Amino acid sequence: MKRAGNSSFKNAIFAETIILMNVSELVHALQLTVFGGTQGLDAPVSGGYSSDLLSDVMGFADAGQVWITLQTHKNTLAVASLKELSAILLVKGFRPDADALAQADEEGIPLLGTNRGAFETAGQLYRLLCSHGIIG
Amino acid sequence: MDMIPDLSVFRADWHIHTVLSPCGDLEMTPCHIVAEAKAHGLDIIGICDHNTTRQCAEVKKVGDRANLFVLCGAEVTTREEVHCLAFFETPAALAAFQCFLDAHLPPVANRVDIFGHQLLVDAQERVLESVPQLLLSALTKSIDEVAAEVHRLDGLFIPAHIDKAQHSLLSQLGFVPRDLQVDALELTPRVTTDAFIRQHPALAGYPFIHSSDAHVPDEIGRAYTELRLKECTFKEIKNALHHGRTA
Repeated sequence: MKRAGNSSFKNAIFAETIILMNVSELVHALQLTVFGGTQGLDAPVSGGYSSDLLSDVMGFADAGQVWITLQTHKNTLAVASLKELSAILLVKGFRPDADALAQADEEGIPLLGTNRGAFETAGQLYRLLCSHGIIG
Repeated sequence: MDMIPDLSVFRADWHIHTVLSPCGDLEMTPCHIVAEAKAHGLDIIGICDHNTTRQCAEVKKVGDRANLFVLCGAEVTTREEVHCLAFFETPAALAAFQCFLDAHLPPVANRVDIFGHQLLVDAQERVLESVPQLLLSALTKSIDEVAAEVHRLDGLFIPAHIDKAQHSLLSQLGFVPRDLQVDALELTPRVTTDAFIRQHPALAGYPFIHSSDAHVPDEIGRAYTELRLKECTFKEIKNALHHGRTA
């Protein structure tokens, strides 16, 4: 039986690992389409990154970020995996290429979509993450 | 590497724009290009205007008279904004690819004051047409779809200037997709093949070419690839790329 005296210490540890928002909650809040990679929907979201140059994302995106892009090529999944991004969010109604979708399922990285443009999407994501105290 | 006797060395500058490209100098007419290429000791030139093949036939006409082999093609902008060279052996294949370009280039009008003239010029230096549709736009087709179409037409598919920070396969897509079928990768005059492979060791197995990406006459031949060929034909050029007969 565990000793009750440890509880405040355990709570402190727990507080540090608390997930403020995961991909699934983001999908719900912004009413996004989920194309694939559903195994990763529990992953925590730590921020966002908006770019259509994969070389730029490879250089500058951080782990846990949601990547907003119009690129549908399967290389996006390799880049997201490399950078440990939480999800890829395709804008303007773009749909993933078939091999990108297969890769998303294999890697377990959620591939999401919206009909809104990158500007509106980034604005909504920014406001949402600020309101949850995740960024800002 | 093939050890074939009786090979001759041919010097190829694969990537030359004409006055039909909005960014191409007004001096880049079929006659000027061929004269400049001959003056620089080139044996093979590639005509690659942005998203159009329409100047190729006239350059080839002039090139044939001067014993200069003209590779007919285009520099295609894919949906990802990756620039890729495409070359075709026959006028029929070239025409089929022009149909593909016409079907997938967005109908945006050129603004001459911003982008420059897009002039179709014939072998007698006559301006035949000022093309109204902007040729610098990106096609609505992906790099995979463009590569598939080029290879369906038995063409050569070569991602352009992959060491550039803009409009290159590496800048747009981060790395060379393993399953993308390319006949070679093009480098700019700014980098040697050895130096590039030191930076990108994963690409060591690919054939590389160097070309000038000339937009003005002075740039023609500032970089080239030497090919060891049995004879100067499209098929032999393709063979040389596929079998490491380049330098």
